[in-house]
Amino acid sequence: MPDDRDVLGPETGPGLLGNTYVGEAAATEVAVSRSIDHHGPDEPLAEKKLGVLFWIAVGWVALVALAAIFANVLPLHSPTYEDFTAINARPSAQFLLGTDDNGRDLLSRLIFGARVSLVIGFVSVAVGLAIGGTLGLISGYRGGKLDSFLNAASFVVLAFPLIVALIAIISFWTPPTLFKITVILAAGTIPLFYRVVRATTLAFANRDFVIAARTLGATNRRIIFREILPNVVPAAISFALITVAIVIVLEGTLAFLGLSVSLPTPSWGNMIYQGTTNGDLTTNPYIMLWPALAMFLLLLAINIIGDRVRQRFDIREGLL
Amino acid sequence: MTVPTDAGAAGAAGPSGAAGTADADRYPDVGASDGPLLVVEDLRTAFRTTRGTVRAVDGVSLSVDRGRTLGVVGESGSGKTVLSRSIMGLLPASDVVRGGSARFDGEDLVTATPDRLRRIWGAQISMIFQDPMTALNPVTRIGRQITESLRLHLDMDRSTARDAAVELLRSVGIPSPEQRLRSYPFQLSGGMRQRVMIAIALACAPRLMLADEPTTGLDVTVQAQILDLLADLQQERHMAVILVTHDLGVVAGRADEIAVMYAGKIVERAPTRSLFAETRMPYTRALMQSIPRLSDPPGTRLEAIPGRPPQLIDRPPGCAFAPRCPYAQDRCRTEEPPLRSTTSPDHVFACWYPLVDGRPTGLPGPAAAPTSIPTSAPVAPPVATPVAAPVAAPTTGETPR
Amino acid sequence: MGRYLLRRLVQMVVVVVIITIFAFLLIHLLPGDPSVSILGPNDTPQNRAIVLEHLGLNKPLWQQYFIWLNQLLHGSLGQSYLTKEPVTHIVATSFPIDLELIIISQALAFAVAIPLALVTARRPNRALDRLATTGTFGLLALPPFVIAPLLVAVFAVGLHWFPATGYVPFTQAPATNLHDMLLPSLAITAGSIAIYYRLLRSDLIATLQEDFITMARSKGLTPRSIMVHHAFRPSTFSLLAAAGLNIGLLIAGTFVVEYLFAINGLGLALVNAVYQRDYLVVQGITVVVAVFFVVLNFLVDFLFTVIDPRVSRE
Repeated sequence: MPDDRDVLGPETGPGLLGNTYVGEAAATEVAVSRSIDHHGPDEPLAEKKLGVLFWIAVGWVALVALAAIFANVLPLHSPTYEDFTAINARPSAQFLLGTDDNGRDLLSRLIFGARVSLVIGFVSVAVGLAIGGTLGLISGYRGGKLDSFLNAASFVVLAFPLIVALIAIISFWTPPTLFKITVILAAGTIPLFYRVVRATTLAFANRDFVIAARTLGATNRRIIFREILPNVVPAAISFALITVAIVIVLEGTLAFLGLSVSLPTPSWGNMIYQGTTNGDLTTNPYIMLWPALAMFLLLLAINIIGDRVRQRFDIREGLL
Repeated sequence: MTVPTDAGAAGAAGPSGAAGTADADRYPDVGASDGPLLVVEDLRTAFRTTRGTVRAVDGVSLSVDRGRTLGVVGESGSGKTVLSRSIMGLLPASDVVRGGSARFDGEDLVTATPDRLRRIWGAQISMIFQDPMTALNPVTRIGRQITESLRLHLDMDRSTARDAAVELLRSVGIPSPEQRLRSYPFQLSGGMRQRVMIAIALACAPRLMLADEPTTGLDVTVQAQILDLLADLQQERHMAVILVTHDLGVVAGRADEIAVMYAGKIVERAPTRSLFAETRMPYTRALMQSIPRLSDPPGTRLEAIPGRPPQLIDRPPGCAFAPRCPYAQDRCRTEEPPLRSTTSPDHVFACWYPLVDGRPTGLPGPAAAPTSIPTSAPVAPPVATPVAAPVAAPTTGETPR
Repeated sequence: MGRYLLRRLVQMVVVVVIITIFAFLLIHLLPGDPSVSILGPNDTPQNRAIVLEHLGLNKPLWQQYFIWLNQLLHGSLGQSYLTKEPVTHIVATSFPIDLELIIISQALAFAVAIPLALVTARRPNRALDRLATTGTFGLLALPPFVIAPLLVAVFAVGLHWFPATGYVPFTQAPATNLHDMLLPSLAITAGSIAIYYRLLRSDLIATLQEDFITMARSKGLTPRSIMVHHAFRPSTFSLLAAAGLNIGLLIAGTFVVEYLFAINGLGLALVNAVYQRDYLVVQGITVVVAVFFVVLNFLVDFLFTVIDPRVSRE
């Protein structure tokens, strides 16, 4: 709370309790914080907390993850059993989220579908970060021919129309399974991580503290691990979390193209596709609604987590 | 509308009267009152951090007259930069606790509204920053950076402002000013950038200039040029200057009065000549002695003050300099000495055992307890006391004024 | 300057050529061939062979590629195997549509993201900033294929303010065109707003801690003047770089929106061509998209030198 004044403003005002420096609207805030926190002018500032929203987000991600992992042992209907007596049923005691147009329980499809999204999202990003990030780190640090080549290559890869590549590769490597799609998407994120990590590494590799370490005789490996990596990791992690969101969305797009995990196996992407095309939104909006909502909340949570983590560790914003 | 570089009635270094008229023309809303231009009383600035409250400026009082120069000297961490920012009010907006007052021509800057401060900044008080490479906007042409203030405060139109900017650049000694208007900061040398910064600061003919380490990082020869330039411009415009620096040599030749800061407080303040002739505070003496002299034989060890400046969080009681002072006694470690004067009221210091005639009074021995030092002596003009003890002369070779 | 341009031009050509080679290889990697689309799935192998020979598809790959390249240098991109429509015509009708979508959506994105960032960067972590941050994360979490149906359901089907499908060329009826394009543009704009806002805000916060901002304050400039005239320009690097990538990706990536709104854009044409193994159409569109991407990023690089004169043009 104390760190929310205008960065540009020289706001001053008459003091409370001996000339306290207050902002335009912050006078009452200071008074309140004093009474609540009992901070006198000499007491240290409280550490910045991660915030309630952060923990809610963590909770949601954990909930989804746990549900997906333990889906098999949870008391759920089968996600693929088609109950023709209950087609397009509204949410009820029996089918907590309703059923789709083939009579399949939406709740269990949602939970089993979470597996696809989560695995694709986190695993492919983890792999892409590991490979692309390492390449970017080395490439950015050492420079030279390797760097020029990799940089040009990543540019070409990024310039290539994504859709064509995806369709071609997935069609070639049929049938699409969770594993294959994860691998393909992981490969797709490699040039992204390469570029981002490389850019961050470049920003640090020429700083004085690295040069200083080198003059002290540090080996390259030591410099990379002790000087550069700690500075690159926060940015890389927060970018990675955003990429998770992008990849999860990408899986949805693939589902639209019929290239994702195919029905009847559920994924949030193909459920949304199913919900918007097979039936009108008006006949059974729930088919699309639940996965869209779940995806929305999950992506939101991931982004919030990523942002708070970055805020915590980013020197520049940490000072504010 | 007079172009500011034409310093009008204050062309010659006249007495306050002539400058006062020009001031009255230019700033009709501020009365040309008598007395010092700036009076700072018990100014305090503290920053709240997660590790505690940093008392960067801990009760500073000083004053500056029109057309005079006050030098503020101190090590890094003494609070001198925060002091200049505090006087101006240019502090970060979060977790800052302020106290005391800083009256500029009667108006307290500490309690002024943001709008009022913005009208004063640039127009009546301006600041020169230490590093012109980072203080100038790197992606804006310098002409624009000058005309900005002119158009804002003096309401000039584009072409008048442009002409005024050319004149300003000329007056700070930049060759081919018309072409230079279109240059970017990175295209200029360090000395030229500093001159540009001075030009920007002078643009609206301020009455007070705060120069924060204006020569640090410049070549020695360039340093001298810049300081000379500042002195000339100041005389020309009857401007008050507060010159903040860690280098005693810089202020020795240029300041009328010098204040020495340590750990957020002023520990000695005196007219320049008195400071050098009758140094009271051992810290000041140590500062002087740490300046290497050209006349020293090669291989002379540099005199450094042992230890380091104190943490400004949770300071222990007593004199802040006590841990590093060669003459510290028990009283120094328990009681904080107040600022007081002895033989002359202009010269104040904060020490229980000040130097007298160059000799420390804090040594164990017969002259140990100096309770006999008279306080508040009758006003006497600074006597040209012969320099009795070896007091280091500033390296610039100039004698203190 | 001339040398620099020449060098960049050569680089761009090389990149485009490499991309076309890869596209060529990839498309031929796909199982099946155009004969299925032309003749249907149930025809005889002999007929297929005749068709393939007729289309020149039984030649070795490298030969086919050079024939295509030769055609390209003579100004022709070939024609669709299925409809016989010249590829250049296909591109000429669908490219402007995507271009318009992009222009509208990006203009909207900048119009929202830039002012929002300028305002919230001054007071980070305060109420408005928190709200904007969460809000934009929400936008990121709504992919086009979720937003589009929702928009249609609410505004088209529900309120009847906008049509759900259809497209009227700009030259024919500008007002209707813009009106109809609004919903599709909104579906695309959400993600862009989020990205641009986050990047600009982050850079602005960093810039505001620089010394020259303090100096600008000390000149008595108003906060608004400082934000607009001093803080903004140096903070646009990440924004521009991201915009370059984003727009480049969008030009052929709006497939879902085109599909849902029945707009005949490049994305739809591309995807259909891939499915129908209409090789020349795929090649042709890929070339156009690649050239667009490369030229766009070249412009972005150039803009960097304009924004920050210290960035050399070498």
